[in-house]
Amino acid sequence: MNSYLLKRVMVLFPVLIGMTIIVFSIIHAIPGDPAETILGQKATEQSKQALREQLGLDKPWLQQYFNYMGDLVQGDLGTSIRTKTPIAKEIMPYLAATLELTAASMLFATIVGVNAGILSAWRQNSWFDYTAMIIALIGVSMPIFWLGLMEQMLFALKLHWLPSIGRMDQRNPVESITNLYVIDTILAGDWRQLWTVIKHLILPSIALGTIPMAIIARMTRSSMLEVMNSDYIRTAKAKGLSQFLVVYKHALKNALIPVLTVVGLQTGALLGGAVLTETIFAWPGVGRYIFEAISSRDYPVIQTGILIIAFIFVFINLLVDLLYAVIDPRINYK
Amino acid sequence: MKKWSSLALAVTLGAVLTLSGCGGNNNNAGTEATAATNAAATTAPDSSPETSANTQDTLILGRGGDSASLDPAIVTDGESLKIAHQVFDSLLEYKPGTSEVQASLADSWEVSPDGLTYTFKLHPGVKFHDGTDFNAEAVVFNFTRWSDPASEFKFEGDSFDYYDSMFGPDGSRVIKEVKAVDATTVEFTLNQPQAPFLQNIAMTSFGIASPAAIQEKKENFKNEPVGTGPFVFTEWKHNDSITLDKNSNYWKEGLPKLNKVIVRSIPDNSARFNALQNGEIDLMEDLSPDDLSTLEGNTELQKIERPPFNVAYLGFNFKKKPFDNVKVRQALNYAVNKQAIIDAFFSGQATAAVNPMPPSLWGYNDAVKDYEYDLDKAKALLAEAGYPDGLPDTVTLYAMPVSRPYMPDGKKVAEAIQADWETIGVKTVIESPEWATYLDDTKAGEKDDIYMLGWTGDNGDPDNFLYTLLDKDAIPGNNRTFYVNEELHTILINAQKETDQAKRSDLYKQAQEIIKADAPWIPLVHTTPLLAAKANLKGFVPGPTGTEYYSEIYFE
Repeated sequence: MNSYLLKRVMVLFPVLIGMTIIVFSIIHAIPGDPAETILGQKATEQSKQALREQLGLDKPWLQQYFNYMGDLVQGDLGTSIRTKTPIAKEIMPYLAATLELTAASMLFATIVGVNAGILSAWRQNSWFDYTAMIIALIGVSMPIFWLGLMEQMLFALKLHWLPSIGRMDQRNPVESITNLYVIDTILAGDWRQLWTVIKHLILPSIALGTIPMAIIARMTRSSMLEVMNSDYIRTAKAKGLSQFLVVYKHALKNALIPVLTVVGLQTGALLGGAVLTETIFAWPGVGRYIFEAISSRDYPVIQTGILIIAFIFVFINLLVDLLYAVIDPRINYK
Repeated sequence: MKKWSSLALAVTLGAVLTLSGCGGNNNNAGTEATAATNAAATTAPDSSPETSANTQDTLILGRGGDSASLDPAIVTDGESLKIAHQVFDSLLEYKPGTSEVQASLADSWEVSPDGLTYTFKLHPGVKFHDGTDFNAEAVVFNFTRWSDPASEFKFEGDSFDYYDSMFGPDGSRVIKEVKAVDATTVEFTLNQPQAPFLQNIAMTSFGIASPAAIQEKKENFKNEPVGTGPFVFTEWKHNDSITLDKNSNYWKEGLPKLNKVIVRSIPDNSARFNALQNGEIDLMEDLSPDDLSTLEGNTELQKIERPPFNVAYLGFNFKKKPFDNVKVRQALNYAVNKQAIIDAFFSGQATAAVNPMPPSLWGYNDAVKDYEYDLDKAKALLAEAGYPDGLPDTVTLYAMPVSRPYMPDGKKVAEAIQADWETIGVKTVIESPEWATYLDDTKAGEKDDIYMLGWTGDNGDPDNFLYTLLDKDAIPGNNRTFYVNEELHTILINAQKETDQAKRSDLYKQAQEIIKADAPWIPLVHTTPLLAAKANLKGFVPGPTGTEYYSEIYFE
């Protein structure tokens, strides 16, 4: 187990370095003079030159890259051109907001998706199976933008059950320490605020979690069906174990491996792909942070933002790989 | 051992999953209980605080984007200036709802006959939010900070772009010296007369900041601004909200009326309108014309119209043939049905544009006649220009990929125009690259033949439309048509130096006639941007430039 872990972690370094090279190259391949684009029409030649120097654009490519890496290693993520604030300082609240939303969405997607998949496999070709799979099909093809607005119309405007935007009630704001409001309110022991925070999470989580939920449901179903037909399940059934035990204890454990992969990949995809949800629900997350940086050509933010998301993605994959080893001990031997 | 741990994992997972599976039923019951607590929770804040039982004193405003920075001197974007407008006062200000200049931190001012010396008498006894005194020295400190390229208070990445653009870049500054005569008298000496000087001084960008706060906070000042304005900056959650509290020592009697203002960033227009209807915000900017009918059907809401102070237009690229030919440009002017576009895409919230500046601005030339919609005339003119069968090549028409107050949906408008032009034999292909590329391309003028763009006035001066957008000095830059007319240039430069407003007005009227005849543009519309608010919100006076004081707002 330990050597597996070590090997798996060692592989990370070349991957991460490769990523910095790719991101760096892509940003530098964008045509046009960044200083010109960033500063716009009102800027003087002087301030453009100053910006080029600040961004190091007057130096050769390779040197720019090494300077950038040097800064990164020292924890300097660059300075946003638009807000003129160090990125390391301003990115944390965005990251926290996105992590909270992603976690809630994946919780929703996994719980609903896995259970729907299990039940569909268990009662294969039943009405439940058909309904669930039709819903899953609709879910995969649902435009997030539309779904989000429809949710707002129904649950906020018509029924008044849930708030339509933001992370908290602005008239009664949450004290933030970690910027993960669920955790902050629990730490403060403020259950009423915890409930408002959760209410704010519900609609965006469903909007963001619907596609992964549908994918997970379909993956769980097919994976379960395969396992349910295997010999050891027939043996378990023959031993007279209850249906429930067979499904949830014996079958699920082996069926979970491909599901876990999907959960991992989807989590990574959500991290970066939350822009639409964050826009509709005015969620101040990292997707919008990068999106706004792109519209104002805030190169340092685009670069660092993409890199951070890529890093998290890689770490989630590492986590998934490690979980495989826990669930299926055979993976150790390879 | 391994076996046990994996079994434990499977069991826990199973348990969690089953629990949640059963949760399906609980959920409904849960939500109903919630709805009840929810209702209790939402009504509670309205009734419980001791401030007053039924009047609200917190305003929550929803807008499309966040501020870039809260120091007005280093930004040029409207979203940043909106907040700065509440925190800072300038020496002069615009009368609410207009672009007329009136006294603010300066009670009165005198101009020397040669137009080179301006003496301002400052309002006595004003304090900054940090408790320090506002005085002539503070004014000098601010202007020196903006004009001195070596200022130690020009922090990394800062550039005072509006100062450079309004008062000339380093090397050709308009302001020669700013001197404190005594504590409440400050004297500006100019290198040359500048007609819009007072208009410029009134801009939010030249709000007076606390020197003590800048010295103490240094580069952090842009995140924690300190001025003399009606509201005190409290908290900024980036891309989420900015909180401002009442300045209880505000020097203007009885203001502000609100206790707190929270400005939220809600990028999507529909979501913002949903939030307003759901009571999560009290006032919203930029209502889509499509939502107007819903708004008018809701008695709990009101419509607020911002005075039109913008222009949307199509510009011809003079670098491309045959758009350097005035007959072709005039022909295409005749072939745009502005009224149909207004009816179809602006819900009537716009007027057809004749000149490159809005009619509400002084110096507007009423006598200029528009090219009326007449396809026969258009065809005849094209024939005169040597194209009896229409233009031989397909025209690249750049349509805006983003929504702006002066143009909510550029692509649809472009399609309507495309259809009209097709009938006179002008084939177009519409392109809408991403916004930054769009601006780059049109500025370079290599790819587009005709482009769509617009402008909202920064200050209440015609110079800010005509010279900024159509003078040869604005190439490369805001003049993306590459239109050069020396006669027009002379008139616009003379108008900048003239201090008599009646004479300036005449010059601008002449300029509009020249522009109409040369037809470098097809002026499309002046829009009336829409805002929406709760019906009981009062005292909000929408400003033409897009910024307004929240200090007069109150709830009934």
